[in-house]
Amino acid sequence: MSVLVFAEHDNSQLKADTLKTVAAAQAMGGDIHLLVAGHNCQAVVDAASKVNGVTKVLVADNAAYEHQLAENVSLLVTELAADYDHIVATALTTGKNFMPRVAALLDVAQISDIIAVESSDTFVRPIYAGNAIATVQSLDSKKVITVRPTGFDAVATDGNAEVVALDKVTDAGTSSHVSDELSESERPDLGAAGVVISGGRGMQNGDNFKLLEGIADKLGAAIGASRAAVDAGFVPNDMQVGQTGKIVAPDLYIAVGISGAIQHLAGMKDSKIIVAINKDAEAPIFQVADYGLVADLFDALPELESKL
Amino acid sequence: MKVLVPIKRVIDYNVKVRVKADSSNVDLANVKMAINPFCEIAVEEAVRLKEAGTATEVIAVSIGDKSCQEQLRTALALGADRAIQIDTDQNLDSLHVAKLLQKVVEEEQPQLVILGKQSIDSDNNQTGQMLAALTGMAQGTFASAVNIDGEKVNVTREVDGGLQTVALNLPAIVTTDLRLNEPRYASLPNIMKAKRKPLAVKPAADFGIDLAARTTLLKVTPPAERQAGIVVESIDELVEKLKNEAKVIS
Ligand SMILES: Cc1cc2nc3c(=O)[nH]c(=O)nc-3n(C[C@H](O)[C@H](O)[C@H](O)COP(=O)(O)OP(=O)(O)OC[C@H]3O[C@@H](n4cnc5c(N)ncnc54)[C@H](O)[C@@H]3O)c2cc1C
Repeated sequence: MSVLVFAEHDNSQLKADTLKTVAAAQAMGGDIHLLVAGHNCQAVVDAASKVNGVTKVLVADNAAYEHQLAENVSLLVTELAADYDHIVATALTTGKNFMPRVAALLDVAQISDIIAVESSDTFVRPIYAGNAIATVQSLDSKKVITVRPTGFDAVATDGNAEVVALDKVTDAGTSSHVSDELSESERPDLGAAGVVISGGRGMQNGDNFKLLEGIADKLGAAIGASRAAVDAGFVPNDMQVGQTGKIVAPDLYIAVGISGAIQHLAGMKDSKIIVAINKDAEAPIFQVADYGLVADLFDALPELESKL
Repeated sequence: MKVLVPIKRVIDYNVKVRVKADSSNVDLANVKMAINPFCEIAVEEAVRLKEAGTATEVIAVSIGDKSCQEQLRTALALGADRAIQIDTDQNLDSLHVAKLLQKVVEEEQPQLVILGKQSIDSDNNQTGQMLAALTGMAQGTFASAVNIDGEKVNVTREVDGGLQTVALNLPAIVTTDLRLNEPRYASLPNIMKAKRKPLAVKPAADFGIDLAARTTLLKVTPPAERQAGIVVESIDELVEKLKNEAKVIS
């Protein structure tokens, strides 16, 4: 038995969530090989070789993989899949994008977004925006799985895996990369931060998100948002937390001017401690908050910043 | 060009689903159902392409029992030209859905297939990508902008770090994200007109695809409930609790 894990990275950094996906792979059983597909990604390969529990790092370093286009990466992974029982990726945008192609090419079902491994063929995953938890058994001989990182604890990074270069290149030739418009931020990644402070429609505009920044600076927090705040153009899309945005589970989540719709809760209700600041005492967010403060955020935020 | 829009009937997004007492599944009896919000965005995008003169025909297709005709009529009221119901009362895996859609693509030869990126019931986020793989097409998933440019389509995608734009050869597959457009409301005259638009029913069994289940749903349970906490009276009390009780800040 062996597991192929796709390493999530941006050609310069191995994403920390990959360490959680490897933890999930360990629970499936067997040797774990980590695939680094990218271009000029030696730093990622170095980091990958140190991931505990990984016996081999496969490296596909080629221009065809630079932007991890689903058409190209899925062909590569499908070819490699012949040697594995489980093919596993993190349920982030890259994995979500190409893995179902792999499943279809292998003629197997995919099990998405698992939060626990019961056995080598049985997995637990949230459905209906996390309002129900399904236990699903795969009947296929090969399992294609994406892992929700908040469900697993990261493995350590003091290993020493063998590195093997792959020379075959799979380029479907049907798509090309045009441009990226990436958000620059000095703050920690939403998915990796120990503290997240999010603003909703109650923030009224993008400028007012500055009120969150001072607090985020003091707490080393990432800043998130509700869909309403993103749709209204206050902040960019990559800050959205929820069913269809990012899933976070920090030690501390502070929801400010967010009502607590089920789609938002789906992205944050596994946080250890939840704080809600909302002027409406009836807002559903208070039903999941450990500490609720009924207050106008424009009074509360400056005071909170000054008292931290 | 023809645009194909596969849609799904799902629980209304405002409804909080409950789990059955015997843990066999969720309870959908007497629950309000609707077109999956992402599929509605897909229909809207296709209709806009038609209004812009880019698309010539918009075909909506849904896989399910007779009840999904209601959602197909919604799509027709929003501006789709005709509809196809692939009739089955089986619970299908995304792979089966993609295989059935592959047959529809072979028959209809659309230049563009627009799907929702995920359905809000199973939250799988698979069907569009699987259909793309089976048809050998390129895909633009999680789209927030779609621009046809001659033989290609440029798709701007919502990704973890921000936005990414890719160029795809046509025919291609697009899956919608929330900010692609804001769907219109169907007007009463259009709802009336939709009743007379063609809706073909085809039994799933006629497609010659092995629909045997690939997964078994062993059980469905409610999520761990969070205990509602306390209401604090002041910022001072909040900071004190976070430091000394929850110990999440220092
Ligand atoms: C298919 C689908 C997917 C979705 N996915 C997501 C998702 O991933 N993430 C997500 O967040 N949403 C998602 N949504 C949207 C969701 O249903 C809600 O519409 C959204 O979360 C509401 O955002 P909000 O709480 O900021 O806004 P509102 O619901 O408008 O709440 C604003 C809150 O701010 C409070 N407020 C206003 N002014 C102040 C003030 N001065 N001081 C203090 N409080 C104030 C109000 O009391 C209110 O509670 C999705 C919806 C659909 C249909």
